[in-house]
Amino acid sequence: MKKGDWLLIGGVLLLAGAALIWMQLTKAGGSQVVIRIDGRVTETYDLAEDRTVILEGVGGRHNTLVIQNGKALFAEADCPDLLCVHQGEVSYDGQTIVCLPNRVVAEIQGGEASSVDEVAR
Amino acid sequence: MRERKVALYGLLTALAFVLSYIEAQIPVLFAVPGMKLGLTNLVILFSLYRMSSRDALLLNVVRMILVAATFGNLFSLAYSLAGGILSWLAMILLKRSKKFSMVGVSVAGGVAHNVGQILVAIFVLETGKLIYYLPVLLVSGLAAGVVVGILGGELVKRIHT
Repeated sequence: MKKGDWLLIGGVLLLAGAALIWMQLTKAGGSQVVIRIDGRVTETYDLAEDRTVILEGVGGRHNTLVIQNGKALFAEADCPDLLCVHQGEVSYDGQTIVCLPNRVVAEIQGGEASSVDEVAR
Repeated sequence: MRERKVALYGLLTALAFVLSYIEAQIPVLFAVPGMKLGLTNLVILFSLYRMSSRDALLLNVVRMILVAATFGNLFSLAYSLAGGILSWLAMILLKRSKKFSMVGVSVAGGVAHNVGQILVAIFVLETGKLIYYLPVLLVSGLAAGVVVGILGGELVKRIHT
């Protein structure tokens, strides 16, 4: 190992740490979960209401979205890797669950700020 | 000499292909899209040091096309191409600077691979929020890069082509 290796490893760790701290500092509770399928917003659900929805992704595959106690998660999916299911719950503004194979994205958004965004769009 | 090279190419391509398959079979419990163990990077790293940077790129592109044709589709090819080419660029730049050992080169490759994949995902899924995955992808790319770099160093020391 050379000096450059250690500098690189330290640099990557520092960057990851800084990004993590920045995210912790800026995190705020979200109020909605926005569903995007193949890049297009298809549905927006309120995090305050518990519900279970089956989303149809690309290729006829499905993801089961569960909203419970103000948190959203993919309880089941028929994508090959199940990374979206393993990821667990999300509830903070900006947190996202992605299912690449089905091209389904669930993104948490804050309440008032995001509705202003919607109007501006 | 030419035959030797053809045989070596074939062998390494097959090895990289098989490693891609094995990697896809290992269930990863805590994972986000774009995260990879980077086993195949072992082959790429080996060819980078034992052959040339051009050979390494060629091997990797052939492997990605094979993998996409066998297990994936055009979308998965886009993800792996972005990761693979960015990773290759990072590795040759660091290698040429001569300031890094194989571990550093491999770490740069691993991190660049993960970052490349997340960039394509942001583009395809049209959500910049995926940047939240960055810390996990940086650290996982780093860890995989260190392991692959150490293994690669041993391989290059022991195997003479």
